Amino acid sequence: MTIASPPSPSPQPLRLQPTGWLRYFSFSLDHKVIGLQYIVCGFLFYFVGGALAGVIRTELATPISDFVSRDTYNQVLTLHGTVMIFLWIVPVVNGGFGNYLIPFYVGARDMAFPRLNAVAFWMIPPSGLLLISSYFIGGAAQSGWTAYPPLSLTTPAMGQILWIVSVLLLGGSSIFGGINFIATILKFRQPGLKLMMLPMYCWAMLGTSILVVLATPVLAGTLILLSLDIVAHTGFFNPAAGGNAVVYQHLFWFYSHPAVYIMVLPAFGLVSEILPVHARKPLFGYVTMVYSIMAIVILGLVVWAHHMFTSGTPPWMRLFFTIATAFIAVPTGIKFFNWIATLWQGRLALNSAMLFSCAFILQFVFGGITGVALAQVPFDVHVHDTYFVVAHFHYIVYGGTVFVIFASIYHWFPKFSGRMLNEDLGRLHLALTFIGFNLCFAPQHWLGLNGMPRRVAEYDPQFSLINQISSVGALLMAISTLPFLINVVMSLLQGPAAGPNPWRALTPEWLTSSPPPVENWIGAAPLVEEPYGYGSSEGRIDVNQARGQDLWRQQP
Amino acid sequence: MRIPSAIITLIAGMALVLLGQWVANDVNWLPVSASTNAPVYDELFRVLLAIGTMLLVGMTGVVVYSLIRFRRRDGDQQDGPPVEGNLSLELFWTAIPAVVVLFLGIYSYDIYDRMGGMTDLNAHGMDHHAAELASVRQSQPGDEERIWGGIAPASSNEAVLPVEVTALQFAFVFHYPEQNITSGELHVPSGQAVELRMKANDVIHAFWVPEFRIKQDIIPGQPTVLTFTANQTGDYPIVCAELCGPYHGGMRSHVVVDEPESFATWVETNTPATLS
Ligand code: HEM
Ligand SMILES: [Cu+2]
Ligand SMILES: [Cu+2]
Repeated sequence: MTIASPPSPSPQPLRLQPTGWLRYFSFSLDHKVIGLQYIVCGFLFYFVGGALAGVIRTELATPISDFVSRDTYNQVLTLHGTVMIFLWIVPVVNGGFGNYLIPFYVGARDMAFPRLNAVAFWMIPPSGLLLISSYFIGGAAQSGWTAYPPLSLTTPAMGQILWIVSVLLLGGSSIFGGINFIATILKFRQPGLKLMMLPMYCWAMLGTSILVVLATPVLAGTLILLSLDIVAHTGFFNPAAGGNAVVYQHLFWFYSHPAVYIMVLPAFGLVSEILPVHARKPLFGYVTMVYSIMAIVILGLVVWAHHMFTSGTPPWMRLFFTIATAFIAVPTGIKFFNWIATLWQGRLALNSAMLFSCAFILQFVFGGITGVALAQVPFDVHVHDTYFVVAHFHYIVYGGTVFVIFASIYHWFPKFSGRMLNEDLGRLHLALTFIGFNLCFAPQHWLGLNGMPRRVAEYDPQFSLINQISSVGALLMAISTLPFLINVVMSLLQGPAAGPNPWRALTPEWLTSSPPPVENWIGAAPLVEEPYGYGSSEGRIDVNQARGQDLWRQQP
Repeated sequence: MRIPSAIITLIAGMALVLLGQWVANDVNWLPVSASTNAPVYDELFRVLLAIGTMLLVGMTGVVVYSLIRFRRRDGDQQDGPPVEGNLSLELFWTAIPAVVVLFLGIYSYDIYDRMGGMTDLNAHGMDHHAAELASVRQSQPGDEERIWGGIAPASSNEAVLPVEVTALQFAFVFHYPEQNITSGELHVPSGQAVELRMKANDVIHAFWVPEFRIKQDIIPGQPTVLTFTANQTGDYPIVCAELCGPYHGGMRSHVVVDEPESFATWVETNTPATLS
């Protein structure tokens, strides 16, 4: 472990940025402020999206459409999906943690383009408000977050256009962020910091940002064509005007499958930072982790048609996308085996960050298994567009990414605020979320297999009981946020002081005060060559010389 | 006495395999199977379920074991062993999943082929290459007859009952061209292949019969087909499985599978009088 110790602090009286709490509402250029702006703003939208989910689960507690009108139900459904994806998951795991952590990890004082960074953040609240307000101006979009034409061409135009505009703005914000991350990771590394010394989250964000920059413009183009079909009555996707509705699906999924990796790759990166610290062991298999991220990026671009197996796709296409999709499981599997090997023989602190990460591992494995099953055309032909798929992607997005977001809050809160969170409340939060989540989504696999389609407000009464169980789970999940909120508020006000490095971690964000100064470190930035150098250095085994029994041998 | 870890691993592995087998074969997660391809599908489902169960339970076991066995005791400030990787182990868990997914891919290709999924949708005259070329072109008025997707009849020599399906917001309409019957529910004889030729007039819908394990989108401007052979008499739901508007959840119908004789009676009583 080589860490250049920073010289003694010198007072810095000159402040170019607003200070105090007001800076969180300002056009601040400080990457840490922007990161927290993303995270807090994301949580606010998460509560909106969660309330919408509550409406959905209340409606589905009975088999008939009785809680909201059918139009409203489809609006709520569309808003829920769009808010959760574009205003919660994507901004928080990319913009939020990315902005806070990446400059630390590359040893920089800020991101490469601080102004672009602030612009990217400040595009989000207005577009989010625009999206939500569309509900009050004549009704929100009601064609699902996928907005398939011709349905999206025939539902009320106002809501659909506002949906398109806000998704375009959010996509733009995401592209600005992506460009900024690529530039920062590749060009702002401090001298001496080689690529293969970077913490894994940097690799994850590099891969994610490549996907963002390659795929999001396709979505933007597609949505612009769709809006022309709506307002100018062109016929790109409108069969009545000679267009082709399936082409839209190809273009949409060319973005939206990579988008699922835009939502999980950063989470993979965050878990790779959290586990070694709380297991007191180096991250297992750094090099294979890096290669598997890049493999996921490449494969992720060529699997989109697995969302269209029952659509207008010829047989050869169904076959190709089966094979390509199933192969993504290989690099993904490598990462999971590596994390488990990281835990093996560690000194595991059973705190909230660790437990949320382990719950993530189990739930994502579940979602990955159903994913590989869905990739098999004959299997998918039965369960496509049913509750089975709903269960699958919630295991991935909620059981995976949202659990990681919580793990990350527990892990980095001391750095953000200088105070510790309460661990008992944290574990209560974990237990409630874990039970509620699995109660809500596991039974939905059965619903899909047995005949319940997705996106319905009414269903066959034989499914009532399972739907009610699922709704109870959802209620439990809603309740589980209370201990979390109480914990955050109480700890902010009177939590015990954290000190610079409460976890005894080695990555650079911990080698400064909590919260860090505007310039990140007083004096020179530390050069961390081994971000995961845990464990005593005597007895260290060379990767290429090691044998299986070195790993599995008993503790002395 | 200490039991060697190799033996524990072996026993755990065998228990896992047994558990996977048990879950796959003795627990029923699927609705009744009522078409000839449903058992084929269920076979694939059981293989997926067995592999999935073993993987999930195995990984859960290792994680839970680690959390208990390697938990940090109070006041312990030590680090774990500085193991940074292990090439042979990493190769092992790259190769095994690769082999498993490759096997699954080939196996499900075979299943799909047995379901008739790989037969050329536009077998009459058009060769593969021309079909590919046409699919990138815009749909022209001339190629109304082109089939854009679906599951075609596996062999063309058996007698196939054609039914034209029109999906609209929010109903299915079935038309039997040979008998000139139009009906709101589908009647089919058990044991005979039925070919649904599907068109939509407004938005995308999907035709799904859970008991047959088949589904196909019905797309405006792009006719699709779906072939199946029902083999179990009964009354099964037809479900629209693509969001098509406010009443999407209410867009359902029935398929009644009859013995060939009762089907013939149904045809007789429903054939319009003008034709006889
Ligand atoms: C092991 C990796 C994965 C595989 C093999 C896989 C496979 C699939 C397949 C084949 C479908 C289509 C199912 C259908 O509509 O019939 C699907 C749907 C979906 N997946 Fe995954 N998936 C994987 C990981 C992920 C990840 C990482 C995410 C997101 C973070 C994700 C999110 C989704 C979503 C949102 C849908 C539903 C989209 C929709 O129709 O609205 N999946 N997945
Ligand atoms: Cu996908
Ligand atoms: Cu429909």
